[in-house]
Amino acid sequence: MPQSVGLSSNDKLLSCVKRSTYNRIEIGFLEKKERKKQRMEINKNKYSIIVPTYNERLNIALLVYLVFKHLRDVDFEIIVVDDGSPDGTQEVVKQLQQVYGEDRILMRARPRKLGLGTAYVHGLKHASGNFVVIMDADLSHHPKYLPSFIRKQLETGASIVTGTRYVKGGGVHGWNLMRKLTSRGANVLAQTLLWPGVSDLTGSFRLYRKSVLEDVISSCVSKGYVFQMEMIVRASRKRYHIEEVPITFVDRVYGSSKLGGSEIVEYLKGLAYLLVTT
Amino acid sequence: MKHIVKLLILLVAVSAFWIGLLETVVPRSYAWLLPVYFIVSLGCYGLLMVGVGLMHFPTCPQEAVLLQKDIAEAKEFLKQRGVDVDCD
Repeated sequence: MPQSVGLSSNDKLLSCVKRSTYNRIEIGFLEKKERKKQRMEINKNKYSIIVPTYNERLNIALLVYLVFKHLRDVDFEIIVVDDGSPDGTQEVVKQLQQVYGEDRILMRARPRKLGLGTAYVHGLKHASGNFVVIMDADLSHHPKYLPSFIRKQLETGASIVTGTRYVKGGGVHGWNLMRKLTSRGANVLAQTLLWPGVSDLTGSFRLYRKSVLEDVISSCVSKGYVFQMEMIVRASRKRYHIEEVPITFVDRVYGSSKLGGSEIVEYLKGLAYLLVTT
Repeated sequence: MKHIVKLLILLVAVSAFWIGLLETVVPRSYAWLLPVYFIVSLGCYGLLMVGVGLMHFPTCPQEAVLLQKDIAEAKEFLKQRGVDVDCD
């Protein structure tokens, strides 16, 4: 800083005041910018991630690592609802609890396979967050999309953010032509009959406000993936604000997929049921 | 209001319009065939949507590669910390 040598005390005082005023203005401007940045970054929400598992010994460990990798600076907990897996999934979850802490990974097991819908209800009972994320344990839902779900919800104030595989930016991998055909045919049929307001009805990678999930889940009775459809259609009928984000879906890497041939009949029955009751 | 009720009301409105057409302007033979035309065109539209959707089905082969990288990274990390990540 140049020394004010040889100036009168009045001039020195004046230049001092000018400098400090300028500094004060600049500091005030910088503080305002910092506060705005902090407002956008501070996310006071807590997210409970419910993951139903059955024989996902390896996948659950990989999933937990990826969630922690992509959700830094976010308050969350992972609730693993295991239906008595015989392959030792629960042991692996206990090991993960040693690494990450029992307050971040909750083990809420059940004695045997009791269905997806009840798994969510069970997980909800133990969820302490104000938002709930549901996702599959088989890595077809990649945790790297979790920040985009959260960001979309913060930007729009939506009650539900659902991942869609069928828009630009999303996609699938590992599906043969037959699978794509049935998926696309099922989607067109559902869109024509139900007018659901979302592009991906059977997707199960979603973020719900906890109160909204409790409300919607109490009125759903279907099983399997029709349950996912019922949830989003009921939410749409109840006029909840639903937003979509594109996600990529890589068909399961480890383990056997649980989709069979009789699913088509189940789907058509589910569609008819939704048509009449929602 | 249930969705089926909405659809039925729409159907009734369209039928009323069709019956109206029957009585008035359009020659009888054509008017009787209108429902058939409608259903056939609806079917064609559905097939078209399926075909277009199938052509433009978004795929992401690069995601599989990225996933494999993520898996390797995760296994490395977890093995060091004593979590059992052997292949099943």
